[in-house]
Amino acid sequence: MNYSSQSVAKLYFIAAIGLFVGQILFGLILGTQYVIGDFLFPAIPFNVARMVHSNLLIVWLLFGFMGSAYFLVPEEAERELYSPLLAKILFWVFLVAGALTIVGYLSVPYATLTKITGDDLLPTMGREFLEQPTITKIGIVIVALGFLFNIGMTILKGRKTSISLVLLTGLVGLAVFFLFSFYNPENLVLDKYFWWWVVHLWVEGVWELILGAILAFILIKLTGVDREVIDKWLYVIIAMSLITGLIGTGHHFYWIGTPEYWQIWGSVFSALEPIPFFMMAVFAFNMVNKRRREHPNEVATLWALGTSIMSFLGAGVWGFLHTLAPVNYYTHGTQITAAHGHMAFYGAYVMIVLSMISYAMPLLRGKAICNGRKSQTLEKWAFWLMTISMVFITLFLTGAGILQVWLQRIAETPMSFMETQDQIAIFYWLRLISGLFFLVGLVVYIKSFFVKNDEFVPT
Amino acid sequence: MSRFTQNSSRNLFYGGSLFFFFVLIGLTFDTMGGLSKRDHRENITPQVAHGKRIWEANNCVGCHTIMGEGAYFAPELGNVYARRGPDFIKGWIQSQPTGVKGRRQMPQFHLTEEELDAIVAFLKWTGEINNAKWPPNVEG
Ligand code: HEM
Ligand code: HEM
Ligand SMILES: [Fe+2]
Repeated sequence: MNYSSQSVAKLYFIAAIGLFVGQILFGLILGTQYVIGDFLFPAIPFNVARMVHSNLLIVWLLFGFMGSAYFLVPEEAERELYSPLLAKILFWVFLVAGALTIVGYLSVPYATLTKITGDDLLPTMGREFLEQPTITKIGIVIVALGFLFNIGMTILKGRKTSISLVLLTGLVGLAVFFLFSFYNPENLVLDKYFWWWVVHLWVEGVWELILGAILAFILIKLTGVDREVIDKWLYVIIAMSLITGLIGTGHHFYWIGTPEYWQIWGSVFSALEPIPFFMMAVFAFNMVNKRRREHPNEVATLWALGTSIMSFLGAGVWGFLHTLAPVNYYTHGTQITAAHGHMAFYGAYVMIVLSMISYAMPLLRGKAICNGRKSQTLEKWAFWLMTISMVFITLFLTGAGILQVWLQRIAETPMSFMETQDQIAIFYWLRLISGLFFLVGLVVYIKSFFVKNDEFVPT
Repeated sequence: MSRFTQNSSRNLFYGGSLFFFFVLIGLTFDTMGGLSKRDHRENITPQVAHGKRIWEANNCVGCHTIMGEGAYFAPELGNVYARRGPDFIKGWIQSQPTGVKGRRQMPQFHLTEEELDAIVAFLKWTGEINNAKWPPNVEG
């Protein structure tokens, strides 16, 4: 760690990991309710557990992005953070707002929550992923503005590198597109159309800039390859992300009442969306092969390479699987969607945050360069356990999805939704078991932070 | 040489994304222009609008899909009006939870008669949106 103000990142990373644990526990509740329908009912209905699961995911990834930015930007700008105090205050504001929101979900019926938070004044609640009370959303915007100001000033006053500019562009985009969450018209078609400007333009747009920038930063640090080479790759990758991803939004406009030409625009452009993910994989492996130093943080390299592969599989391959309109007609809103959502989120955004933590956390904790052998070995175990479990979760959901499509949508005498669910229960059991292995991986991951007397000894 | 390609890669990013962002804006304007013929917005009565609020206030989308979007735990409701009809929908909501052991449970929302009618009106309007004949059959 070269600048003392980078240390604020540590708070963010610790919170991220804590919320990650919560996310997975609620994932397991959901997975159980899929097979034992009345599990924890009526204390925690499925919709409540789902909000907690998905909102914790988004919030901990945001903590991860912010922590990454606080670590990365001073180093790139070659100066201290503009205001470490502001970073600390915003951390607590965000954590408390997030915690209160989750407590709200769990303690009162959702309808009560909408009432007591005054949702009727500016209705924004009750839409997938955007379930947060309007006041929480306003809080998120305020935190984002303060954060962007802090990061922006640091960059402005320091060295401006491609990596920090791309990261900043991605983060500004994240904040700007979130503003569409405040637009909730009476007309469901319009509501859906602009809902995707938050959801799709995040994960298949501006977040890819954040992903690319963090990956590039880690690769520079780990491989020592020339910045010039890395920058060039970074720009071409993110260019492809937006060139394909912006119009690729159309793959969500096939069946929601929007004009049918979207079937062509959406299919063509979203079919190209795997390109940037493929390039990212080629990029990461190329840089590691051309490395100019043997960085002893092997597990961080493993995470970085893993991110590039798993994001290509989850977003690229599983995305392509159902993105063409004639296929999506049958797979839309089935377990295929859930399969893709899981592997894409894990492979791209979970793994990039864990890559950054793997690189930065030892430095933040005062290690000279990286963790010792024992904790790295544990962390490698965690990597494989979580990643392989996620592969299985994806495969079982894909199996469930294919059968679901067949029984409910293609067969000559289609089954009802609930009958179909009974038929495919075995896949849900297998998914649940895979989820338990994921949790084991996560426990091992956390244990890797608590290995005693394990300094890295250069050989 | 490497100087040149680095600049051009940056230009590809700024130029390419700006260009396609404007294409998206253009397509969006075109979409908005013709949309009223497909969404039949003239039928969005205060009752339908109220129904959407009830849909949101109870987080129905946390278990169900509507036009294929939402959660995959419970049946598609964009076409439930066609599948079940108004009386069944109201009766169903009122009689929850079923309490059948081991089965997926839907909560009791304590909706008034007027709110039930609004939800039904909202689902009826949703079912009439021209959405390219999705879902493939009535089962959703
Ligand atoms: C890291 C990037 C990505 C993430 C995190 C991601 C995540 C998701 C999630 C969570 C959904 C479900 C949304 C909902 O609840 O309705 C979804 C839907 C979808 N994604 Fe992605 N995705 C990514 C990239 C891609 C790519 C590159 C493609 C295409 C090649 C793609 C194609 C689709 C399609 C077609 C749907 C709609 C599925 C349906 O009709 O039900 N995604 N994605
Ligand atoms: C123990 C592991 C996990 C289990 C058992 C699990 C289970 C579930 C279930 C049952 C749902 C609801 C699907 C529905 O709507 O019917 C869900 C949704 C979701 N989960 Fe997980 N989950 C797990 C881990 C994760 C992880 C690690 C991530 C992120 C990387 C994640 C991201 C999501 C997302 C994005 C959705 C919304 C999907 C969509 O709308 O298509 N989950 N999860
Ligand atoms: Fe998308």
